[in-house]
Amino acid sequence: MIKITLNGEAYSIEEGTTFAALLEGLNISTVGVAVERNREIVPKSTHDIALLEDGDIVEVVRMTGGG
Amino acid sequence: MDFTEEQIERYSRHIILPEVGGKGQEKLLNAKVFVLGAGGLGSPALMYLAAAGIGTLGIADGDHVDLSNLQRQIIHNNERIGMHKALSAKKTINELNPDVNVITYEERLTADNIREVLRDYDIILDGSDNFPTRFLMNDACFFEGKPLVSGSMFRFEGQVAVFDPTNGEPCYRCLYPEPPPKGLVPSCQEAGVLGALAGVIGVLQAVEAIKIVLGKGKPLTGSLLIFDALDMSFRKVKVGKDPVCALCSDTATIKELITYEAEVCEI
Repeated sequence: MIKITLNGEAYSIEEGTTFAALLEGLNISTVGVAVERNREIVPKSTHDIALLEDGDIVEVVRMTGGG
Repeated sequence: MDFTEEQIERYSRHIILPEVGGKGQEKLLNAKVFVLGAGGLGSPALMYLAAAGIGTLGIADGDHVDLSNLQRQIIHNNERIGMHKALSAKKTINELNPDVNVITYEERLTADNIREVLRDYDIILDGSDNFPTRFLMNDACFFEGKPLVSGSMFRFEGQVAVFDPTNGEPCYRCLYPEPPPKGLVPSCQEAGVLGALAGVIGVLQAVEAIKIVLGKGKPLTGSLLIFDALDMSFRKVKVGKDPVCALCSDTATIKELITYEAEVCEI
């Protein structure tokens, strides 16, 4: 298991977990969101392959559309 | 360019800055900036761009001033209710700074006319109120090779970024590949927005546009700035180019403008 922080909360997850699996497992919709790891956006096209690493700080950023 | 006595006085606090000076002020007076939406974000952005002496300001908005706008759209006022927003904005700007040439577009921009409009400007500000327009603007700026200063907000949160894919930087689609399906994101009219938040985000857009004109500092290219008004915190996040971005990568599939189903979200 590895430890990550997601939206400010601590989680223990299996090593080798992808971003897509993490979000799916937590029932977080991937529609209209971007995901950042350690202050860097993880492109959506890589969510299926990019692996979480121990100590990652992850934030889910919601699209804002108002002006 | 020879400044008039009045201009030397008006812009004295700019001219005295080593980063601006007479040359920088001349750049501002020669700059052409386009602002989509004379709403929550467009209002403060336009007023500071006008005060800074941006020589040409284009304003597009298809709406009319409504009483419910005045909680945040400070370029308008009570007497302008019912007036075209673009014309109301022009009136305020003319009263603020006669140096500014204001060009108004009193209709919604579409895939048919947007590229032609943007072509005349150096820098584009997005203060639109819905996702289909945001993607249309992003794609049109990419095809026309214009830097896009994007601002958006929802409730107590705002986001600012500069997209400049023509210069090797990411575009809006590198961050958000597609608009959310209609109905999935809560209606902004129901959700509400803190009025003063519009000032924070719109003014940040104006600052970025002015920096780009001057060629000074480091604009938010390749970065997303997220502001949380409740927590009073800013977070700056790196945005890289998506290697398979449908618009701006080598494997791009979008070759022309797309019209997404409009869902007006009147913030």
